[in-house]
Amino acid sequence: MREFPVRKRILTDKLFKAIIVLLSFACILPMFFILFFITSKGISVINWNFLTQLPKPVGEAGGGIFNALVGTFMLIAVSTLLSVPMGVLAGIFLSEYRKGRLVYLVRLSIETLQGIPSIVIGIIAYVWIVVPVGSFSALSGGVALAMMMLPVIITVTEETLKLIPDSLREASLALGVSYPRTILKVVLLSGLSGILTGILLSVARVAGETAPLLFTAFGSPFMDFNILKPVNTLPLMIFNYATSPYPEWHRLAWGASFVLIVFVLGINLFTKLVTRRWKVQF
Amino acid sequence: MLGNDTDDISAELQYPMTLVKDSATADVLTKIHAQVKARWKSGFSESSFRKILYFAGICVLVLLVAIFLSLVIASFPAIRHFGVGFLSGSTWDPVRGEFGALPFVVGTLIVSFLALVFSVFLSLPTSIFLGEYFTRGATCTFIKSMIELLAGVPSVIYGFCGLFLLTPLVRSLEVTLGVAPYGVGILTAALVLSVMIIPYSASIGREVINLVPADLKEAAFSLGATRFEVVRKVILPYARSGIFAGILLSLGRALGETMAVTMVIGNSNFIPTSIFTPSNSLASAIANEFTEATGRLYLSSLIELGLVLFVVTTVINVLGKVIVRRMGVEG
Amino acid sequence: MESTVLRIEYFSAFYGQTTVLKDIKLSIPQNKITAIMGPSGCGKTTLIRCVNRMHELNPEARVSGRIFLDGEDIYATDPIIVRRQIGMVFQKPNPFPTMSIYENVIAGYQLNGIHLSKEEKEKIVTESLRKAALWDEVKESLHRKGTFLSGGQQQRLCIARALAMQPEILLLDEPTSALDPKATSHIEELVAQLKNNVTIMLVTHNMAQAARVSDYTAFLYLGELIEFGSTGTIFTAPKDKKTEDYLTGKFG
Repeated sequence: MREFPVRKRILTDKLFKAIIVLLSFACILPMFFILFFITSKGISVINWNFLTQLPKPVGEAGGGIFNALVGTFMLIAVSTLLSVPMGVLAGIFLSEYRKGRLVYLVRLSIETLQGIPSIVIGIIAYVWIVVPVGSFSALSGGVALAMMMLPVIITVTEETLKLIPDSLREASLALGVSYPRTILKVVLLSGLSGILTGILLSVARVAGETAPLLFTAFGSPFMDFNILKPVNTLPLMIFNYATSPYPEWHRLAWGASFVLIVFVLGINLFTKLVTRRWKVQF
Repeated sequence: MLGNDTDDISAELQYPMTLVKDSATADVLTKIHAQVKARWKSGFSESSFRKILYFAGICVLVLLVAIFLSLVIASFPAIRHFGVGFLSGSTWDPVRGEFGALPFVVGTLIVSFLALVFSVFLSLPTSIFLGEYFTRGATCTFIKSMIELLAGVPSVIYGFCGLFLLTPLVRSLEVTLGVAPYGVGILTAALVLSVMIIPYSASIGREVINLVPADLKEAAFSLGATRFEVVRKVILPYARSGIFAGILLSLGRALGETMAVTMVIGNSNFIPTSIFTPSNSLASAIANEFTEATGRLYLSSLIELGLVLFVVTTVINVLGKVIVRRMGVEG
Repeated sequence: MESTVLRIEYFSAFYGQTTVLKDIKLSIPQNKITAIMGPSGCGKTTLIRCVNRMHELNPEARVSGRIFLDGEDIYATDPIIVRRQIGMVFQKPNPFPTMSIYENVIAGYQLNGIHLSKEEKEKIVTESLRKAALWDEVKESLHRKGTFLSGGQQQRLCIARALAMQPEILLLDEPTSALDPKATSHIEELVAQLKNNVTIMLVTHNMAQAARVSDYTAFLYLGELIEFGSTGTIFTAPKDKKTEDYLTGKFG
């Protein structure tokens, strides 16, 4: 039988390792490119006016992203309010009832929900809210984002609560504490840090979403705190300005991108650092 | 004194156990004891709480069913009008009222598969890198964090960077090749998309490769195999279905990706003839035309595109997750 | 004549189809330490978990027979009220990790929504920690988290938490099996003193501990009460052959 000469095999091995290392680092090159370009093109745009002014009409120089900032926070507030109570309760349901037909179906639903393309969620929010209300609105945008946050919050709640040992439950029940109070005041509280982390991460995710808002929140050059009116958000603004033919608007889009990426990556970094400190010891 | 048991406990035990120090304390304790025994129900009863939990679970289920039904009902006018021919119709002309989805189906398929090929080219080596060569330590953490960051960047920013940084490059490539220099098109979209989906296949691939039993690898090493040979002959075959599942999950993500693709694919409603021509995917068609749709047929056709997207991505995602679960990995 | 705090009458417990306890008849005397001993699987933990109605938390659990606490049928009362009158300390110390030492001791009140004034709380905390022989060690750090204590201290904190509710009976489920010998002897000394305040049922797999600490001993085997009597008698002159075999190490 013909054998490969050993030297050739060793060379192949070294070559392979070099290729693997090269390609892996090449993998993360785009990240550096993106960060570099956004920072270099965007940071010069940031100034106090930029952050506090409303957008100016086409042709006028200057203008800012204030309404987009406000709108982003409005949507985050609405979607968090809608998704957290139901998400946490459903997560408690899954962690308390580990087996059974309903549990299996709910898990399947969550996995399916998580995989639905965000633009399809936008269609649903359009059909459910925009059509009956008669106009684009922050509410419909919030509903769309809430549907995207829901699976993450449920999963994180379930995973966190499953880690809490039964002995804690028993200690509370043995003191004569009722089951609802045991779950809410002891178990849930012990898992609070994990759940908060999950909420923060899903907020970071929806803060950057555009597709589901294209025909729900829709965007607006004005600022309005009315949730039944259209509202502008950072990603919507970036999309509209970047695809416009005006160089001045492109400039603003770079600035807005910088703000957005700092916000999103900032939350991710924050949760990574803080999770360790908040973690409860058992 | 915290943290160690002391020997001074006997001093504590001298405290008189039968007598309470003062009568005030005794009164307090008696009063509280009566409260403890009082037949008084606290707040929520157990059964109502359990009902609420059940209700929350059922709401999730109902939500999913409602989403599917809404999509079907809202696309009904188009379904009734076009039937199955919707997917094979090659003309999408809102002016004439002809809505055939084939251009978008083709566009979606080509962009997604091309993106998949590009991304596997980078994500598979990364999976091997993280799962076999550098499984822990600073390098590992660095690469892993960078990959996670890739997944955290909003889609619109990918699109923006793709539009302003990548399209000029593709344009010059097209000039060199002598094709029409659109800059935008299927190739550009596939390139941007490929970077976006790397994290999904890379992380699952890494986990399955990591899970390959050590004794299998050691058996191969002890026979004199090089690392490369162990990867090729032992690890990859063993982890094959897990890696495949990761790729499936990436595909699911690619099919549904909207913003980045919309910004660089060129927005053309004709069946693409090459990778350098502009096109539209199912998602980008919806994004581009939804707000301008006039008339029930137009709108319901767009919604039917959404229904198609929903069904296809659901099937692929569920398939991928089933395989991942069977391999014992926490996806 | 000693009064009986707990009367267990023809009590049986089941998990699904399996019988775990069979026709137990037992009277627990007041202000004494009664040890429940027996080999693994004899049902001793199940027995005390039936006393504070924790056994029924398992959906497949069933019971028959009656248990009277101070003359009242505990299975005819709301289990929550029953559990508030009975304290339990578990094998592995389980202080609430999100609460400070102070909050742990009055957890029974806080979690139950019973309102107390600041002075009342302080009195209870001080009393309970003194009774659990933990006061001097933690009085400077009442507001630190309970999980920083050693195993033995955590267990004494759990005892203080149970005592704070002024229970009629204190149930101890192998309280020292997770502790080192020094902590174990501390707990045993403490338990010996506690009986002046509260009636104690002590489950233990360590017959030497039963001999050291308890006034009365019940020997359980395969779910049946084989023998019950004063500890001295049981250990020196057991009436049943099974008891004698267990004591001499023939099984267990």
